[in-house]
Amino acid sequence: MVSLKVNGRTHSVDVDDDTPLLWAIRDNLGLTGTKFGCGVAQCGACTVFMDGKPLRSCVTPVSAVGDAEITTIEAISGKEVDAVQAAWTARDVPQCGYCQSGQVMSAVALLMENKKPSDGDIDLAMNGNLCRCATYVRIRAAIHDAARTLEG
Amino acid sequence: MTAHDHNLSRRSLLKGAGALVIGLHLPQAARAQSGAGAAFRPGGNATFAPNAFVRVAPDSTITVLVKHIEFGQGPFTGLATLVAEEMDADWGQMRSEHAPADVKLYANLAFGVQGTGGSTAIANSWEQMRKAGATARAMLVQAAAQSWKVPASEIRVEAGVLSHASGKQGRFGEFAEAASKLAVPENVPLKPASAYRLIGKEGAVRRLDSADKSRGKAEFTIDIHAPNMLTVVVARPPRFGGKVGSFDAAEAHKVRGVVDVKQIGSGVAVYANGMWPALKGREALKVTWDESAAEKRGSRELIAEYRALARQKGVVAGSHGDAEAALAKAGTVIEAEFVFPYLAHAPMEPLDGYLQWDGSEALARFGSQFQTTEHMTIATILGLPPEKVRLETMLAGGSFGRRAQVSQHLAAELAMVAKAIGPNRPVKLVWTREDDLSGGYYRPLFVHRLRGAVQDGKITAWADSIVGQSFFLGTPFEAMVVKNGIDATSVEGANELFYEIADFHCEVNNPKVGVPTLWWRSVGHTHTAYAVECFIDELLQVAGQDPVAGRLSLMNRHPRAVGVLKAVAELAKWNGSGPVDGRARGVAVVESFGSFVAQIAEVSLGTDGEPKVHKVWCAVDCGVAVNPDIIRAQMEGGIGFGLGHALYGEITLDQGRPVQANFDTYRSLRIHEMPEVEVAIISSTEAPTGVGEPGVPPIGPAVANALAKLGQPRPRQLPMVGGTV
Repeated sequence: MVSLKVNGRTHSVDVDDDTPLLWAIRDNLGLTGTKFGCGVAQCGACTVFMDGKPLRSCVTPVSAVGDAEITTIEAISGKEVDAVQAAWTARDVPQCGYCQSGQVMSAVALLMENKKPSDGDIDLAMNGNLCRCATYVRIRAAIHDAARTLEG
Repeated sequence: MTAHDHNLSRRSLLKGAGALVIGLHLPQAARAQSGAGAAFRPGGNATFAPNAFVRVAPDSTITVLVKHIEFGQGPFTGLATLVAEEMDADWGQMRSEHAPADVKLYANLAFGVQGTGGSTAIANSWEQMRKAGATARAMLVQAAAQSWKVPASEIRVEAGVLSHASGKQGRFGEFAEAASKLAVPENVPLKPASAYRLIGKEGAVRRLDSADKSRGKAEFTIDIHAPNMLTVVVARPPRFGGKVGSFDAAEAHKVRGVVDVKQIGSGVAVYANGMWPALKGREALKVTWDESAAEKRGSRELIAEYRALARQKGVVAGSHGDAEAALAKAGTVIEAEFVFPYLAHAPMEPLDGYLQWDGSEALARFGSQFQTTEHMTIATILGLPPEKVRLETMLAGGSFGRRAQVSQHLAAELAMVAKAIGPNRPVKLVWTREDDLSGGYYRPLFVHRLRGAVQDGKITAWADSIVGQSFFLGTPFEAMVVKNGIDATSVEGANELFYEIADFHCEVNNPKVGVPTLWWRSVGHTHTAYAVECFIDELLQVAGQDPVAGRLSLMNRHPRAVGVLKAVAELAKWNGSGPVDGRARGVAVVESFGSFVAQIAEVSLGTDGEPKVHKVWCAVDCGVAVNPDIIRAQMEGGIGFGLGHALYGEITLDQGRPVQANFDTYRSLRIHEMPEVEVAIISSTEAPTGVGEPGVPPIGPAVANALAKLGQPRPRQLPMVGGTV
């Protein structure tokens, strides 16, 4: 049994210690917004927040999570989240949509740290998130849109 | 005769739901035979009726049953646009969902079976979906006319509201039940283009799936959970054509969560309670592979063989004049040989599928791209009559051709893992990224050997010898694309050119290689466009001509190609290739799937020596532009997809084994490598054609042609960066 704090609740999860957080979240807690894309921290589809910072859940064993607070796409909230998701929808960023949970998580994390990211800042914050549909033009534009919304 | 005279069960369902369901243009016999009753969904969605495209609910929501899989290219939105336009619906009331598998109702009119591919979704739905919408509207109007006791001709419909000059008005849902009792009218007239309010209108329509996909709420196959469900991964042979010799599952069974291990046709399946135990179980398996019949050649050996084959006679795929004679007497002969690697599709969601069965009925749920054949495959393997097998198409995390399986291998494997464990154990089969990248079904490795002659500033001869595997020859699909021994998917784009060249010859060799291959976004154009557009550029350079003006002077018989090339030159303010301030521009123009796309790429060389693509201008002519913003999105995405593979993409085989296994080695375009993109859509009244694939082919050669102006040779072997062969 492993104890995990996910989305504000503490769960006892019956998995081996080496189970990646991704599979505990998806298979045991039934939170499937967080996606599997590579299993080796190369694509970013599995991005969650650990104590508010983005984390690749596919290479993080549950034993390494400890008391940290995990937040998934299902439970993120706040003005950055609203701004990013509104911009994502207004720009019709997603195509297949499979990577977009991870893209949104990374974009929210960027805007929480940096209210007015430059293109270079966006490159640095987002280049761990692959999109095989190559929606990158719109991801970039939507992040700038969201930053403008946050500026008010 | 009404739509429901022949289907009382459906009729009673509809009555109960007060909904209007319209089945269109189907002979009654076909409707009766369709077995569509099996596709009713149980439970709360009882208004669902499968032999129809349009459903109007009492709350006035309109659901379009979309026969094409949505994996990013926008059919959910595009087909709903066509229906909404003719219904004069409000966009806010539109919904889309996948139609069930039923070939009688939902065949792709371009294929004759239900399936998605070849950028056909809008093209084959253009009439069908507008008629579906127009008929629905006419029946709602008729129902309102009867209710209000006014002539139907006096009723207006605007943004989903029916109204009459007397002041009466109502929404669609209020008349759904009454309309469902009316006879289905024949040949309802369609709107003239001048009356369109959604089709072709900027900003009139947003994608129906953006909100859920931005919130982690869209359900994909990998997200399916069911009581008692097992997650299954399969150990497959490391070389193509290998098979299980023997296996020892003792250690695998010791892994906590592993439930069973079974040999199936494609390998050894590990069944577990969740993905992690399944993976650990597979890791613990000891399998001895029988590789006696496996393909053991590597990319290096294949390229050498293909190069030799390119110098032998092939099957003639296109010819006029006498290219050999013209080349023999020409003053300047240019030769170029292009080598294209195997490529993986690598959709973000690897292959997966869900299946439950009880021994007499089955439900399969997955990102099915060829529903008709996959449905039949599953039924055959489970030994069930097709009407006892339901296939529900799920949203899929990309395909790029990977799910359009000529071999049916995923559907077959899904049915095999379900059958091997026995009834009443639902299974979710999941491929990992390693399974995906090393699992074959690649874009085939190709070689083009080109020779061209330039005489007095004019291109006088062209010869192209193409070598690569066919994924159609010898399959049940052969009749679809193979004519006179020529597999069109090997030569499309190379056996007929826009360019008028007096002496022209194109031939092809399709060697047999034991590597499973498949179409890959834009199919033959993935290599033919690169070879042709690089080579024409090189010949024009030798002839001393401008890349744009030189092309235009050779393509007078192709006005739509001329149109996009002129449009992109104007958009980019073309003034020669440069370079200016270290940046050069290259151009390419390609017709694929009936759509015309020209692109200009602005490129510099980075300090690391890698090409840096700063901006791409793109002009597209796809006939009537139904959803301009989706067209732009597909051009942007197609450019990114094409660019990433031209620059970095490669599956190398070493003694038959794939070398690249994950995104650390199968390098994929990232955000900082994505150029700015500007798209011009040509205004057209031609019937619409597709955009899912046509954005891909021009970008590779456009970049190569820019590199040629930066003092680099046009890359003769792809990928441009980091090739390993």
